[in-house]
Amino acid sequence: MSFTIADLKKGERGIITDISSDAIPLKLLEMGCLPGNVVELIQVAPFSDPMYLDINGSHLAIRKETAELILIEKTLDE
Amino acid sequence: MSKQINVALIGNPNTGKTSVFNALTGLNQKVGNYPGITVEKKEGVCKLPRGVKAHIIDLPGTYSLNASSIDENVVIELLLNKNDKDYPDVAVLISDVENLKRNLLLFTQIKDLKIPTILVINMADRMNRKGISLNIPVLEQKLNTSIALISTRKNEGIQRLKDLINNYKELSLEPCLDTSTIDVDYFERLKKAFPNQDLFKLWLVITHDVNFGKMTRQELDFSEFKTKSHSDLKRLQQKETIKRYQFINEVLKEGQTVDVSKATGYRERLDIILTHKVWGYVIFFVILLTIFQAIYDWASVPMDFIDASFASLSDWVKVTFSPGVFTDLLAEGIIAGIGGIVIFIPQIAFLFLFISVLEESGYMSRVVFLMDRIMRRFGLSGKSVVPLISGTACAIPAIMATRNIENWKERLITILVTPFTTCSARLPVYLIIIALVIPEGRFLGLSYQALTLMLLYLIGFGMAVFSAYILDKILKTKSKSFFIIEMPSYKIPLFKNVAITVIEKTKTFIFEAGKIILAISIILWVLASYGPGKQFNNAETIISAEYQNLNKIDLEDKIAAHKLEYSYIGIIGKTIEPAIKPLGYDWKIGIALITSFAAREVFIGTLATIYSVGSSDVEQEETIKQKMAAEVYPNGNKIFTLASGISLLLFYAFAMQCMSTLAIVKRETNSWKWPLIQLFVMTFIAYVVALIAFQLLK
Repeated sequence: MSFTIADLKKGERGIITDISSDAIPLKLLEMGCLPGNVVELIQVAPFSDPMYLDINGSHLAIRKETAELILIEKTLDE
Repeated sequence: MSKQINVALIGNPNTGKTSVFNALTGLNQKVGNYPGITVEKKEGVCKLPRGVKAHIIDLPGTYSLNASSIDENVVIELLLNKNDKDYPDVAVLISDVENLKRNLLLFTQIKDLKIPTILVINMADRMNRKGISLNIPVLEQKLNTSIALISTRKNEGIQRLKDLINNYKELSLEPCLDTSTIDVDYFERLKKAFPNQDLFKLWLVITHDVNFGKMTRQELDFSEFKTKSHSDLKRLQQKETIKRYQFINEVLKEGQTVDVSKATGYRERLDIILTHKVWGYVIFFVILLTIFQAIYDWASVPMDFIDASFASLSDWVKVTFSPGVFTDLLAEGIIAGIGGIVIFIPQIAFLFLFISVLEESGYMSRVVFLMDRIMRRFGLSGKSVVPLISGTACAIPAIMATRNIENWKERLITILVTPFTTCSARLPVYLIIIALVIPEGRFLGLSYQALTLMLLYLIGFGMAVFSAYILDKILKTKSKSFFIIEMPSYKIPLFKNVAITVIEKTKTFIFEAGKIILAISIILWVLASYGPGKQFNNAETIISAEYQNLNKIDLEDKIAAHKLEYSYIGIIGKTIEPAIKPLGYDWKIGIALITSFAAREVFIGTLATIYSVGSSDVEQEETIKQKMAAEVYPNGNKIFTLASGISLLLFYAFAMQCMSTLAIVKRETNSWKWPLIQLFVMTFIAYVVALIAFQLLK
């Protein structure tokens, strides 16, 4: 079972493993959303959409539909 | 002749690019549009030593050279076009010390275009607080450039930046990365096909989604060159991005140290409250109320002052100059017209004061975050909230505020539906008609009249949201829609930036929309002041003969009313009477409807003239109301009944009767198509709804 950013709970972190979906905008990659980088869910709006993330030091918000495309590995610390 | 250096300021959004631009140019700047598109073009001049002038362009913020919006497209089009008169001699890349890693991505791309590039690291004052330390010599050597570490907040480092610009010829042109390593074969083939072209430039042209300017298309013909599939190219772009980040990570490993333990931030603490599921909305609501209050209430003080000043100026002109056509035109056409423009300044200034403070502080991104989900259902964006709310004051600044919406479709829909919200100009019309036709009495302690007014506000909002929903289904658009917003760190707004924004936006309104408003005011004045035939030209004799016992003032009022009836605009009013009769209006209301297209609040003034109440002073409201209540058809039936009153209220709620708004929509969408659609569709809806209401109620 693989996880995506949309599966993170507030305060949880993961490491991005795969971004190969064509539906992920290039802009997101340019903002640091690349394999190997750490992503943390900072805050969610009602209905978990949009999601406010810290990706590799970049603070940004994306819609849930995009978050569901980015595969991650949950980190077990904390 | 003095030497001129073309400088382009490039950088990610939220890096303080505008602050640097303001620091370099001061008020010595002008804001225009790029030809054919609505992207704002900011230019300015900065004087350098030895008589050198730097012509500085503040390019739209972008995260990379892979453009995904027309704004970003401007950047890449300029950088690829050496023949453009604005092509930079030197690029200044503005980065923010907190996001250096991400900002450097764009830096490496610009550098690879072999344009001399200065790296500005801005917000240096935040370095200690974030536990960041930089080794500038190492960074300069690794990145092969000169760095200016500056703080616009503390006004440090600007001189160094000016010196670097002046000596741009000393900058290295060595690229950061060899892009061809991402697919050696492919780039070999490219090189063979276009031996005289720069490979990175070719690559940018190929991977670019948006069409390029004529120059590149003419120069490069890819029709014979078999290119890769879209998704293959995208994979290569991913690879390129990863490579660039590898390079940047290596540079920063030696040039930057971050001590997280020293980092203190109020970002986390503020975000817990400001983006909270409950408190976030409560705080936003309070801020909205404050803005609403300011635009609605505080702005009324200077507005009344402006109104009074222009009225007395107009009177002064009439008294001072010899009577005649020119004096009348000056007093009633031009001065009144200019007054109609100037009166909006307080509202516009207040709104942009708030908006720019919210933007500068970083709070606006949080609002977008909170509201996006709700607004998306209606084809709008989180960023549509501010314009829709400001629209309850005045649609003009509200429409100007849609500039922050990057997605063109969402922005267009917001522009189109904003005029449905109940602006302050509708209020005087509502108040007088409600007082006239809605009975007094209370329901659950609330007066019927207040409830009606509230209902009208709700109808306005409801219509805006509903039509957004419809438009979302109808409109086809080319622009790709995805949603990424950066959540910048919180900052205390810089006074200089806020002041410049307020001044610039206000100036834009006065000069761009003002021209059109003035022109239409003059036309309306001409139509109301002239008429064909004896009835108009001999009004004085006719009325004097008819009412011999009246005192001078009443007589003049009667004459004015008679003249208006037989003026061109009066004739138009009578001509449209058959069309508005089913709505319950007579030709006098028809005239008021027509003049209302200049601005809704003109309604009362026009009725005052027609019913010859005397001057169109608001203090005369009681008298106008009495006269209106007493108005009857020849058969003795009242003109203003519940049915015709409701019909009129609904007509004003929906009709597009504001040429200032049309002018600003024309400016913001760069075409007459959208304002005309607004004019006809909204007025059509108004007509139909008013018709139904009158026919049901009569």
